[in-house]
Amino acid sequence: MIKDLRIGIDVGGTNTDAVVVDNQGTVVAATKAATTPDPFDGIRAALEQVLVGVEKDRIGQAMLGTTHPANAVIQRRSLQRVGTLRLAAPATVGVRPGAAWPADLLAAIMGPVSIIRGGNNYDGSEISPLDENAVRAFAGEIAGVVEAIAISAPFSPASHDHELRAAEIIFEELGPNFAVSLSHRVGALGLLERENATILNASLLGVARGVVRGFDAALTQNSLDVESFLTQNDGTLMSAEEAVQLPVLSLGSGPTNSMRGASSLAQLSDAMVIDVGGTSADVGILVDGFPRESASAIEVGGVRTNFRMPDLISIGLGGGSLIGETPDGVTVGPDSVGYRVSTDARVRGGSTLTLSDISVRGGRLQGFGDPALVESVSEDTVRQALAWVDSQIEIMVERMKASKHVLPLIAVGGGSHLVPDEVAGVSEVVRPPNHAVANAYGAAIAEASGSIDQVYRYGEQGRESSLEEARWAAVDAAVRAGADPAAVRVTSINEVPLTYVPGEACRVQVKAAGPLLR
Amino acid sequence: MRLIDLEELDPLTLGATLLGNGGGGDPYQAKLMAHQAINDFGPIKLISADELPEDALVVTIAVLGAPTVIIEKIPSGQLYADAVRALGSYLGQEIAAILPVEVGGMNTLVPLMVAAELGLPCIDADGMRRAFPQIEMTVFTLAGISASPVALADEHGNTVIVVSKTNQIAETLIRNASMNLGLANSFASYSMTAGTARTVAIQGSLTYATEVGRLLRAIQGGTGSWEDLYAFTGGRTLFEGKIVDLDRRTTSGFARGTVVIEAFANGSSTMRIEIQNEMLLAIEDGVTVLTPPDLICMVDHETAEPITTEQLAYGQRVRVIGMPCAPEWKREGMMEVVGPSAFGYDVEYIAFEGEAQ
Repeated sequence: MIKDLRIGIDVGGTNTDAVVVDNQGTVVAATKAATTPDPFDGIRAALEQVLVGVEKDRIGQAMLGTTHPANAVIQRRSLQRVGTLRLAAPATVGVRPGAAWPADLLAAIMGPVSIIRGGNNYDGSEISPLDENAVRAFAGEIAGVVEAIAISAPFSPASHDHELRAAEIIFEELGPNFAVSLSHRVGALGLLERENATILNASLLGVARGVVRGFDAALTQNSLDVESFLTQNDGTLMSAEEAVQLPVLSLGSGPTNSMRGASSLAQLSDAMVIDVGGTSADVGILVDGFPRESASAIEVGGVRTNFRMPDLISIGLGGGSLIGETPDGVTVGPDSVGYRVSTDARVRGGSTLTLSDISVRGGRLQGFGDPALVESVSEDTVRQALAWVDSQIEIMVERMKASKHVLPLIAVGGGSHLVPDEVAGVSEVVRPPNHAVANAYGAAIAEASGSIDQVYRYGEQGRESSLEEARWAAVDAAVRAGADPAAVRVTSINEVPLTYVPGEACRVQVKAAGPLLR
Repeated sequence: MRLIDLEELDPLTLGATLLGNGGGGDPYQAKLMAHQAINDFGPIKLISADELPEDALVVTIAVLGAPTVIIEKIPSGQLYADAVRALGSYLGQEIAAILPVEVGGMNTLVPLMVAAELGLPCIDADGMRRAFPQIEMTVFTLAGISASPVALADEHGNTVIVVSKTNQIAETLIRNASMNLGLANSFASYSMTAGTARTVAIQGSLTYATEVGRLLRAIQGGTGSWEDLYAFTGGRTLFEGKIVDLDRRTTSGFARGTVVIEAFANGSSTMRIEIQNEMLLAIEDGVTVLTPPDLICMVDHETAEPITTEQLAYGQRVRVIGMPCAPEWKREGMMEVVGPSAFGYDVEYIAFEGEAQ
């Protein structure tokens, strides 16, 4: 049997979406199930529904996008205690690990902390030789006290021998299964932000194991024998084994999946995307098929990290947003009934007036509940609520636009019926087929990727030859991650000159991606 | 004298970021250093130069290196203390207080950390009241004060003392030494008596930056207004629009670049800003409207958060703010030290006109 199908699943705040896609990218089946308090119940239900009438033997891979690890951080739930070792002395002691963390997160996560001798300079030379005895001493300090260790060192994205050696010593001292998180695998340049991400990553290792186990169990229960993957912040995939090691890289995958899915469903690589869910609406912009990334530092649960996440504007506007009728006029949101919209909305026999009811009454949404149940809602209320929706969408789109060039707007998500057919400042509103499951579609079509982040000296090596080397290194990393060597391509190159460094030193970040090799 | 505690670091950092003119290094990291130093050593004494004896010795302290290196190899307090001690030992005198060389960017917070580490007071004054990329670009140079001897230190305790004929040569020599010392260094320079600091330094700079930060924070929080900030600084909004072009290049060590902003209201009106680490020249529809040493600051149009030149991105919606430089700059020799020609621009200095004029 040819394995020519794959499953994409996205666990959102309101719905868990699932799609089955063939190798041409055509949607074979799609479904939405309510997200449940235990998200794996929703995943199991969505899987079961989407597989009706699909030949299971043809399915080769399953991709999951989930907010589970992100919620664990935000809610300070199921996080492991972490020992933090920085290999850098006598440099970097001016700011200790955990500086500027919210107190409750520190209390939940931070175990013993030490800055010991080690680490590298920008040119690869050692700041100090690694103090192996200090690593052993730290292992003794954390034994029985914490469940994981985070190890960081200056310039480790370029020179990671010290981090690797320190991990080896930890394994020697605490056993080969001790949970170790190394900063060079987690993030890019910027020691404090990378170290923060590494500590968060270490604290999430238990959650990650739970996610992967739960996902695999849901697949097994549905008699699926497939490779499983999780989606990352940049819209590319990591294998389940990698996800167990690097859960922090999945923290922002939701919006990316939605935008990548929208791009592919609409066959547009340069456009704006609006994703309207049950609770909120996000607007982002696609450049060459990928979301434009935010330039500012990303905070996760109050901790500064240096992840690249999509540049988004979000507001509380969704199908479940509550409508309030006051003497001063109609108010919308920000509270929402979320996934309960399918039972609580008036058109579904509930008692709560939501934006979905307004949309039905105003003629934007068809086939959802019984329109007769909202006939009593006044036309004035409908007009005011929809005027608010339209002006909010217009403002978000205007704020997101990159230039005066007019772009199309792709409307996706379960609440996208709220988006009017005409929006000022956009060329057209595109509603691609299967737009309601764009998130899951984005997960299903996600590609394997690889990246590098290194300092090159153009003065010695030449710019062209440096960039060529960097491109190859990124392509090689993508192929190692599972990308088809014949179809892998460089998706971004970022050069940041190092001021005051001789020899025209330049920090080069390159990312490559390609479809999975079948 | 007053004490700088943890609460004051937030507005001071925000003000310093704005006064960095897009450069001067990200003060966030320096804020964490100052935070840790206050936790370890207690609140920092901030004094005016008048509170010291006439002949007391004060020195400036600053970080020197490459921002990309500094974000990986965070300079520690010890490193700065070493530079101050090395300079004191070379001069054969006790150092009585720390004087910030610039108030703008990360070097605003660094002197506070060093003062805490050494148990010395920090003087509420500086040599720029903004950020500039080179150490000779100070009102001290205008007043004929020598930057040299300069003590440069690395994290291992290695120090270099530079004695030079001019402040420009001091800049070149320590820059070269820094390349051999790992590019995340500290340096102590401009040693002078408190009496001299009283007459030549820009007084009240740290308090000024803190107030700018408070006013900006109020705007961000919806309780303040741009009018309040402009009333305090003498500034005005130069331009509001969207970044439509961005060109970065490295030449002779500087991060140079050009950013073009298109007006929201009228797409055919543009502002071009020339960058050399800091934003230095503003050209509106081909006409130069602001030149150094007056200030060009940029904030996000929606959040009013200052934008550093590293963060500039195509499509950003920004407000460009002009502010007059500290009046202490307006003396003989300003053009040679920090006028447009000092940065290689072939334009005349234009006295900035704020809202007040």
